[in-house]
Amino acid sequence: MSDAPRLYTLIAELTYRCPLRCPYCSNPVDYQKRKSELSTEDWVRVLTEAEALGALSVNLTGGEPLLRDDLEAIVAAGKRLDLYLNLITSGQPLRRERLERLKELGLAAVQVSIQDTDREASDRIAGTRAYDQKLEAARWVKELDLPLTLNVVLHRENLDRTAAIIELAERLGADRLELANTQYLGWALENREALLPSRAQIEQARAVARAAKERLSGRMELLFVLPDYYADRPKACMNGWGERYLLVSPEGKALPCHLAHTLPGLEFENVKDRPLAEIWRDSPAMRAFRGDEWMSPTCRSCDRRSIDFGGCRCQAFHVTGDARATDPVCSLSPDHGVVLAARARAESAGERLVQLRYRGGTRPVT
Amino acid sequence: MIERDARPRLASKARIRLDKQTGQQVLLYPEKGLVLNSTGAKILSLCTGERRFEEILAALRGDYTEGPVEELEAHVESFLRSLEQRGLVEGLSA
Ligand code: SF4
Repeated sequence: MSDAPRLYTLIAELTYRCPLRCPYCSNPVDYQKRKSELSTEDWVRVLTEAEALGALSVNLTGGEPLLRDDLEAIVAAGKRLDLYLNLITSGQPLRRERLERLKELGLAAVQVSIQDTDREASDRIAGTRAYDQKLEAARWVKELDLPLTLNVVLHRENLDRTAAIIELAERLGADRLELANTQYLGWALENREALLPSRAQIEQARAVARAAKERLSGRMELLFVLPDYYADRPKACMNGWGERYLLVSPEGKALPCHLAHTLPGLEFENVKDRPLAEIWRDSPAMRAFRGDEWMSPTCRSCDRRSIDFGGCRCQAFHVTGDARATDPVCSLSPDHGVVLAARARAESAGERLVQLRYRGGTRPVT
Repeated sequence: MIERDARPRLASKARIRLDKQTGQQVLLYPEKGLVLNSTGAKILSLCTGERRFEEILAALRGDYTEGPVEELEAHVESFLRSLEQRGLVEGLSA
């Protein structure tokens, strides 16, 4: 097979290690069992091979990529390849000098995730005291004239503070604000009851975001991603399985997305064993959901299949037990009832206290 | 109207590089990319923050073949304004 799709973006998960313990983390739920990380040389080779495959940009992410002390060497290698290097960080542990050095070496942009505008709520979600350090990191990014993206994951507890979050982003001079609603997979699925907002909350936040987007046009790009559970059609998850994005995990597995390893029956190959181009083009796991032959009859007979590719494979599997199923978020899915029931529960949840399950298992420190 | 003395430049978040797979220049910025046609690439290569808008137009006049020269200014202006809208070009006022 020679007609592999064009790779655009490499997502380099440099480590699973992270000082935070967010209950919607996209890292494997069993991350503590995974230990051996790729070496500097491995990463340099992965960047080189990804660029040769067409990649123009790289997201350096984790876990917390700053915990790798060879981040400098990796950034320098990416720069030599003329890749657009985007650091995705929790903002700690970071010193201003280190950020300055990374910029000199070729870092193009920084994304900082903020959990909330309220220090206590933020630290409670992060499971550790991180809020002040994050804001400081965001300020350094701007002082060093690097583009700043703020990413805030929205859920039941912080959605009503959307206006305040936008205000904070403005104050920090963010170039881009991503208001991403939680995707209910991985840790977030375990915590869905506690995180899923009500329809009224969503509508209100959406209106606030829409008005701000207009007002800030040209200054700040504002992105509001509706949670899947309140849409009638799924998103084109990752722009299609193995179509534009390739994720390499800390231990070297090549994956189409963050959660693909949770699907049964797929063997993801390791970049240490085989050239990236071959894995991208030929590996059965990478090809598993390309095209439309694998699709359920519902999707295969639907005109939107070239737009949304039948939605998210991981969501399909984790909700229906079948990775080939139509994404249950789609109202045409025979399993859509599960989503409707979760929505109904969110409406009636009221003040009910739901215990969050934290990455790392222990109780939050705040 | 972009002032003649304005010195347009690429915003710090934007980078231009060659897409070796297509032979086209692409403008990259956080989470996105824009494919530039040859005129667009030429215009942006002149937006260094040092050249005045007038000098940029003069430099472009030579090889502008897409229509009458009078249209050039309008063309360049709307191109730069659309990028300014996305925060990718700065310095359009003197
Ligand atoms: S049926 Fe499948 S292809 Fe059609 S809209 Fe739903 S998920 Fe998309």
